[in-house]
Amino acid sequence: MAFHSPYADMIGARRNDATDEPILTIAWRSEVEGRPGYVHGGIIAGLLEMACYEALILELRASGDEARLKPINVAVDYLRGGVVADTHAVAQIVRVGKRVANVTAICWQDDRSRPIATARMHILLDR
Amino acid sequence: MDRSTSYGGTMPAADIFEHAKRMISGHAGQIGLRYVDHGDDWVDLAFDYKPELAINAETGILASGPIISLIDSACGISIMVKVGQPRPMATLDLRVDYVRAAPPGRSITARGTCYRISRNVAFVRCMAHDGDPDDPVAHALATFFFTGD
Repeated sequence: MAFHSPYADMIGARRNDATDEPILTIAWRSEVEGRPGYVHGGIIAGLLEMACYEALILELRASGDEARLKPINVAVDYLRGGVVADTHAVAQIVRVGKRVANVTAICWQDDRSRPIATARMHILLDR
Repeated sequence: MDRSTSYGGTMPAADIFEHAKRMISGHAGQIGLRYVDHGDDWVDLAFDYKPELAINAETGILASGPIISLIDSACGISIMVKVGQPRPMATLDLRVDYVRAAPPGRSITARGTCYRISRNVAFVRCMAHDGDPDDPVAHALATFFFTGD
C-alpha cells in the first residue's frame, strides 16, 4: 500500500497486485464479521475509505505533491450483503482541487459488475 | 436497574443487548466495542483508544474506520432498542461528517438515535465524541431496511 496504517494492518487490508489498479483486498476472517455470516458495514466503509486514500496518494505522488489527507466526509451506499469471501475495493479520482479532492470508490466480492457497496468522499488536502 | 418496562416491544432490554452482543462479536470485538447506556430510542456505545486503531503510526490519529464501525453498530442497535426486539435488517446508506480529528488516547462514544421507523425502513442519526458530547468528532445519518419477515 502507498501508506502504512496500523488500522489497515488490523483489519488485514493489503494492496492487491492482480492488476495495475490500486485495488485493496481483505480476506474473510471472523474479525471482519458483523451480523453472523456477513462482513461488518464498518469494515466495508473503512475499506472503501482506504481505497480512496490509496488512489489519491498515488495520484498526488505522481506529481510530487506531499499534501496530507484529512477526511471531510463519506457517504456509503450498501447494495448487497458482504458474504464469507474476499472483499475488494478500488477508487476513482473525480477531481483534485486546490484544497479538496472528490473521490468515489466501489467495493465487490466475486463479481466486480455486482458491487456490494459504493462510496463518495470529500478529502481535505492539507499543504 | 431494570429498564425493560420502558419498551414498547416484548423483549426485555437485557435480552436485546445479549442479542446485540452476538451481533457485535467479530469486528466489534476486535475494536473493543462496549455498551455504555441506552434510553427509549437511543444507545451509547464506545471503544477505548489503542495504537492499532490509528491511521498513521507516527501521529497516532485515529482511523475513520473504527469510528464508522462504532457508528454503524450504534445506529443498528438503537433501532432494536426502539422496536423492542431484534429484527433482521441491513444498512441501506450511511453518511458521516468527520467534524474534527480524534487525537490519540481518548475513548470514543457514539450515541445512535432512531428517530423514525416505518414499515420497511428505519431512520437514524448518530453523534460521536471523545468526552464532550457538545464537541463531537463525527456526525452521521443512516437508513436501514428490515430484511426477512
